[in-house]
Amino acid sequence: MVDTCFLSRGLTTLAGLLLLPFGSLAASQIEDQAEQFFRSGHTNNWAVLVTVENFLRVLTGRIPSSTPRSKRLLSDDRSNILIYMTGHGGNGFLKFQDSEEITNIELADAFEQMWQKRRYNELLFIIDTCQGASMYERFYSPNIMALASSQVGEDSLSHQPDPAVGVHLMDRYTFYVLEFLEEINPASQTNMNDLFQVCPRSLCVSTPGHRTDLFQRDPKNVLITDFFGSVRKVEITTETISLQPDSGVVESSYKKDQMVEELMEPLKYAEQLPVAQIIHQKPKLKDWHPPGGFILGLWALIIMVFFKTYGIKHMKFIF
Amino acid sequence: MATHSSILAWRSLWTEKPGGLQSMGSQESDTTESHHHLPLAGFLPPECRYRLVVTAAVGAPPPCGFPIGGGLRGPAPRRQERPDASMAATGAAATDLEVVRGKRAALFFATVVIVLGLPLWWKTTETYRAPLPYSQISGLNSLKLRLMVPVTVVFTQESVPLDDQEKLPFTVVHEREIPLKYKLKIKCRFQKAYRRALDHEEAALSLGNIQEAEAMLAEPSEQAEGSLTVYVISERCSLLPQDMMSYIGPKRMAVVRGITHREAFNIIGRRIIQVVQAMSLTEDVLAAALADHLPEDKWSSDKRRPLKSSLGYEITFSLLNPDPKSHDVHWDIEGAVQRYVQPFLSALSAAGNFSVDSQILYYAVLGVNPRFDSASSSYYLAAHSLPHVINPVESRLGSSAASLYPVLNFLLYVPELAHSPLYIQDKDGAPVATNAFHSPRWGGIMVYNVDPKAYNGSQLPVRVEVDMMRVMEVFLAQLRLLFGIAQPQLPPKCLFFGPKSEGIMTWELDRLLWARSVENLATATTTLTSLAQLLGKISNIVIKDDVASEVYRAVAAVQKAAEELSSGHLASAFAASQEAVTSSERAFFDPSLLHLLYFPDDQKFAIYIPLFLPMAVPILLSLFKIFLETRKSWKKPEKTD
Repeated sequence: MVDTCFLSRGLTTLAGLLLLPFGSLAASQIEDQAEQFFRSGHTNNWAVLVTVENFLRVLTGRIPSSTPRSKRLLSDDRSNILIYMTGHGGNGFLKFQDSEEITNIELADAFEQMWQKRRYNELLFIIDTCQGASMYERFYSPNIMALASSQVGEDSLSHQPDPAVGVHLMDRYTFYVLEFLEEINPASQTNMNDLFQVCPRSLCVSTPGHRTDLFQRDPKNVLITDFFGSVRKVEITTETISLQPDSGVVESSYKKDQMVEELMEPLKYAEQLPVAQIIHQKPKLKDWHPPGGFILGLWALIIMVFFKTYGIKHMKFIF
Repeated sequence: MATHSSILAWRSLWTEKPGGLQSMGSQESDTTESHHHLPLAGFLPPECRYRLVVTAAVGAPPPCGFPIGGGLRGPAPRRQERPDASMAATGAAATDLEVVRGKRAALFFATVVIVLGLPLWWKTTETYRAPLPYSQISGLNSLKLRLMVPVTVVFTQESVPLDDQEKLPFTVVHEREIPLKYKLKIKCRFQKAYRRALDHEEAALSLGNIQEAEAMLAEPSEQAEGSLTVYVISERCSLLPQDMMSYIGPKRMAVVRGITHREAFNIIGRRIIQVVQAMSLTEDVLAAALADHLPEDKWSSDKRRPLKSSLGYEITFSLLNPDPKSHDVHWDIEGAVQRYVQPFLSALSAAGNFSVDSQILYYAVLGVNPRFDSASSSYYLAAHSLPHVINPVESRLGSSAASLYPVLNFLLYVPELAHSPLYIQDKDGAPVATNAFHSPRWGGIMVYNVDPKAYNGSQLPVRVEVDMMRVMEVFLAQLRLLFGIAQPQLPPKCLFFGPKSEGIMTWELDRLLWARSVENLATATTTLTSLAQLLGKISNIVIKDDVASEVYRAVAAVQKAAEELSSGHLASAFAASQEAVTSSERAFFDPSLLHLLYFPDDQKFAIYIPLFLPMAVPILLSLFKIFLETRKSWKKPEKTD
């Protein structure tokens, strides 16, 4: 499951938070997915829209123009981006929603497209899955630093089960990284080398790995707060311009604007969700489509073989 | 199913018996064998039937026009076969015929698959790619940009010696390459058209005051964007103070002192170039525009402060009142916007669409606690804590959900009674005069301290009327800095007053437009180049027709913009460069360019092998067998001979 990294007090700087899910699919597709999801008994509703395609669209920016601002990655060449992924994975892939996978090649290609359009300044990629190091092996764009919870061939383990719920609540690597990050305040000078030491083999059972060869700066000069803090570049304003106080001339135009506004027709609240269809009160009649070419060909073959084997004389009994 | 059908075909090739089915009645003994009826006259061409079997194996409807259920009988009536008595005699000959026909059938099988099937499969599974002008895109990388600034130089009567005056009017061109480490070569060309002054200009320039002269010289028709006019006055003219050699005015006009010297034109020409460069194009203007395309070492990251070029901007003014119980703050924002901001924005309107809105936020605190300074008994925010102020506030600010333009936030913070007065300190610990700071590409924050006299005797909450002029002076200055409109590098001994009431001078707008045009062209070129590279590298991406048409439009717009820049029409060049950027971004970020992104090659093989392998094996084996037999038959004649 792709998640965003929320910390108690640190937020990312100039950073794009990957906001998933977002709804940009065709309405009928949403309805089908929603129906399936509600029927399957899950209670989380819009997580149905977290798919590999949507994730790659958010990263590369190839989003339909109707998507609102809050569902876009509005980053530019001065943004540092943090991407945190966790879930089940394997050698070269990560699972999404138990039904799809994203491969390391697609991720590397998506990052390259981001670099081509300068959608990031620096990118920190943290992954906590089994064999997580395989996910960053294929990156080839500059200014990417990657951390993974386990090497190829190793499994990442979870931290502790909750006896009341009966499930494991958190992965080990995530737990120790969170513990480390909660001690960082916005003015801290801790650098990335300390983050690389988090969760050694004795605690995590798997060997965490990292990749810094694509990064231009030395990791010991990179502050944690570059990605996790909320530090902006500011400058003191030292100059002003001089304005002349003039009055009266523009009052009339201001009053005119006011009057024009009241003549507009009252606005209505648009229907957001087709609630009736999602709640599934009665079965929807789907349009009947004639069978396609493949089905027809298959049946033709079956009939042909049958009559070949048993003889054409049976035909008059069937038809 | 596919295997079964192909095995049927296989058996039919090699186990045919002549005669066979004559009518339905005599079929009883043969129905358990899978014999085909082979008309000896070849009425039913064998290839049709076998093509039927093959294509039925892959699920497509038969191309030969046979009815689907009864493909084994031809439309033609069947011939009567000879009685069985002669069958044994013709057996041997028939077998040979069979074999030959079988071989021909197998070869035809293979031909149909290779000639018809393979291209069909290839064509139907390839991604649709509309043609793109790759050669033109790579040609854009070696585009030579020539930025022409048309300058009109007007000479008054005593500014130059008489014999030089006789030479007027003529044109001088001064061209210079801008030394930037960028792949596009940029040349800056000043085309100076020298002419004599007209009567009304002479009259205006003989007035005593430079402001009056300017007012008189203001032409009824607006000067075109990008062009400048320089007036040359005589050495002893009192229009300028005696020690000043030049003057730069706010409306694309400058005044330069002339000289009575043999080399008058050269000397004056150099002065003019200095003045004109200050008003139009210098290296740092272009370096700031191309900041993210240049290698970082030469121009520092400070140059990356200006806003990126965009079609429009959204400006939001917010009043933060963390302590409404003590301060009842009123600000006449609508009036202030009308009076001060709108003239500025309408002067900038050539650079984009602007929309302005405002809001008041209550109980919104800055994220940093101010410290108390007992020496001045006031509170202060140290310079190193300023970077942490913005983020906690930003989540409360909000922005328009519909617009995709970049947002500029200007915050006015009225500190709480417990923390009043609040000053911002710079790095040396001195309070900042404006009490404001700004963040590049985001906006600015100003702290407005309530006048302590307002507290005398009144009950809380105290009514506070914000002095909008003071506030807008700071905000407009910050807006100028955010746009990258910096102070020009003035030549020595130059008189310069600064912007008038609009807050911006027209040639500053021109500088912005030059910078933006170059930036847009650089961005469009990079986008198109990287799109071409991307499409070459990832062969799975579909290129639809509308994406292709946007690319063509973008390429045409880049070329048009370059032409207009070299002919000095700044406004149309800027419009063309905007169009180039819009089209190239639309093509690059088209949602359809993501389709089919995740089909690695090994998965493709896994899909195709179960479909094609069962069909391919019999064909290849039969071809191999034919080849072996043919080779044997070639060798046999050699042996017997």
